[in-house]
Amino acid sequence: MKIVEQLLFLVLSGAAIYLFARNIGKIRRNILLGQAEEFNDQPKLRWNNMLYFALGQKKMFSNPLVAVLHLIVYAGFIIINIEILEIIGDGILGTHRLLLPLLGSSLYTIFISAFELLAVLVLLGCLVFLLRRNVVRVNRFTKPELKGFPFKDANAILITEIVLMSLFLLMNAADLQLQSLENTTNGFNGIVSQLLTPLVSGCSISTIECIEKAAWWLHILGIFAFLNYLPYSKHLHILLAFPNAYYARLTPIGKMSNMPMIEREVKLMMQPELAADLPASDAPMKFGAKDATDLSWKSILDAYSCSECGRCTAACPANQTSKKLSPRKIMMDTRDRITEIGKNIDQHGPTYTDNKKLLGDYISVEELRACTTCNACVQECPLLISPLNIILELRRSLVMEDSNVPNEWAMMFGNMENNQAPWKFSNEDRGNWAKS
Amino acid sequence: MVKVLSEMAAAGESPEILFWVGCAGSFDQRVQRITKAFADILNKTNTSFAILGSEEACTGDPARRAGNEFVFQMLAYQNIQTLNNYNIKKIVTTCPHCFNTIKNEYPVLGGSYEVIHHATLLQEMIKAGKIKMKEAGDFKGKKITYHDSCYLGRANGIYEAPREVLQALDADLVEMKSCRTKGLCCGAGGGQMFKEDEPGDKRINVARTEEAIATGASVVAAACPFCMIMWEDGVKQKGKEAEIELKDIAELINERMV
Repeated sequence: MKIVEQLLFLVLSGAAIYLFARNIGKIRRNILLGQAEEFNDQPKLRWNNMLYFALGQKKMFSNPLVAVLHLIVYAGFIIINIEILEIIGDGILGTHRLLLPLLGSSLYTIFISAFELLAVLVLLGCLVFLLRRNVVRVNRFTKPELKGFPFKDANAILITEIVLMSLFLLMNAADLQLQSLENTTNGFNGIVSQLLTPLVSGCSISTIECIEKAAWWLHILGIFAFLNYLPYSKHLHILLAFPNAYYARLTPIGKMSNMPMIEREVKLMMQPELAADLPASDAPMKFGAKDATDLSWKSILDAYSCSECGRCTAACPANQTSKKLSPRKIMMDTRDRITEIGKNIDQHGPTYTDNKKLLGDYISVEELRACTTCNACVQECPLLISPLNIILELRRSLVMEDSNVPNEWAMMFGNMENNQAPWKFSNEDRGNWAKS
Repeated sequence: MVKVLSEMAAAGESPEILFWVGCAGSFDQRVQRITKAFADILNKTNTSFAILGSEEACTGDPARRAGNEFVFQMLAYQNIQTLNNYNIKKIVTTCPHCFNTIKNEYPVLGGSYEVIHHATLLQEMIKAGKIKMKEAGDFKGKKITYHDSCYLGRANGIYEAPREVLQALDADLVEMKSCRTKGLCCGAGGGQMFKEDEPGDKRINVARTEEAIATGASVVAAACPFCMIMWEDGVKQKGKEAEIELKDIAELINERMV
């Protein structure tokens, strides 16, 4: 019987890890479908960013209460997963609480009690988060782009964490009850689970053994399921926050990326000797981004890292005044589109095109036109994501590839070309203010 | 007295600092008053400066952010040629958009200068005692609020300089609901200034004006010409022209300095 359980555990954990690795591999491939951009400068600053913004969640602390809750749920969940090491060890070796004899009962009690306290904190944190989404209905959680899967996704994660923590506590309570029924010496105690033993106190030894075993299996199976749910969920941010912080752009957020191809064209026209050093390319010129694969790979990593928290959208002046633009939707659309492109590659091969585009089929012209480039979304994002970068690349394509420009902008471009100002004034008069 | 750089150069002189006026500062009647106020301050403090006059062109910011890189690159090329030909080292500008573009986006195209926004220059001049305020402060007890420009604040991290400048007025500085990193845009950036709004239930400048009204401030201070134009319009729409005075920090200082 024991050997069957051990084999089953090995097969299931192997399958869970294999599936997870395969899906992460696909996400990595999808990210690398984006355009090349180098981020190898200033490694020290990059490691620091990872430490402060990913591990330390620094930007969350502009709202300290939510930040502390988030940090507890995150840290609690990670630390409790140390206990997973014991569970995996028990699963493979067919042992029961293999660390107990190694640590001795008092040390083990301290460990388990610390984990249990954290579990309770995580549980409470998740409850508060559930209330904020479903009862208090915090404004940024009620926007249209969260309807359907994204809303259920968020609730599913919170409920799963609550269930996993409950199973962990129940398992310990059942164990404590067994210890007392069997008069075990060298047992352990749990600061929280000892309060929960009445839950199982009326049961027979075999029933409690069953409960303990079931809680153990459900807990570890839940974790395997959770692991494999990550690649489909906004919860992926618990992993991608780290590379995303490392590869964050270090330039001032007001600086737009240069387009060397156009710089070269202009210099060839005006002063050819200046263009000599600029890289020429035989590839057909493509301006800005029409589809997700035209974006920098960093923008795709941004999209996969997005936790859909909506701080960007809450801060967006266009969204606040009921325009169609929502920076969060820009990120969600980009992720949905690159996922679709990835699926197409899996099903039909790398050359297949579905005649869909990020610009038009996912993100509308009206959304792009509403942006004031104020950088509030970039400033707000706790994960150092830039929705603005995507908006600006799509705008470039809209204007330079499709000549899709509102009349007033066409006039503005014309004035800038002919009069060197966005208004129709003669540039000769530029200094006139100084004469009067 | 404002000197044009070409004339100065013809006389064999060169200014310490170039005053980059910008399109709004040159052509918009309201913003011209800001330009003149700042030029006044430069004269009163005996600062050696010049303007480019008709040799200045738009930096290209609105075209680039609207998506037209060609127009941006043309204008950037033209400006960098002009600035490099005159061997310009230091530039001051009253426009955060010009400031951001010349400071952050011209270097990669071959134009590297020390660029300073007038908020920072005024702060330095006050600190150094070059600007002295009149004794009788007519601002005593008056509430004044400062509107953060996106391209000065978030884009370049300049939040304290304009506020320190306003401290010199001896007024009661109050903050709007959204300020500093959370400052609400005036609605002009990214080329919005030059086109109609997309459909929505409110104009952004009106939303921002409501935040200022809520503070009870009698003066809104700005440090960006485009914000100023949007504010004029927002305050008019709310019918608050009589209650709220709109001023650039340069105007406020110029009116009350010795």
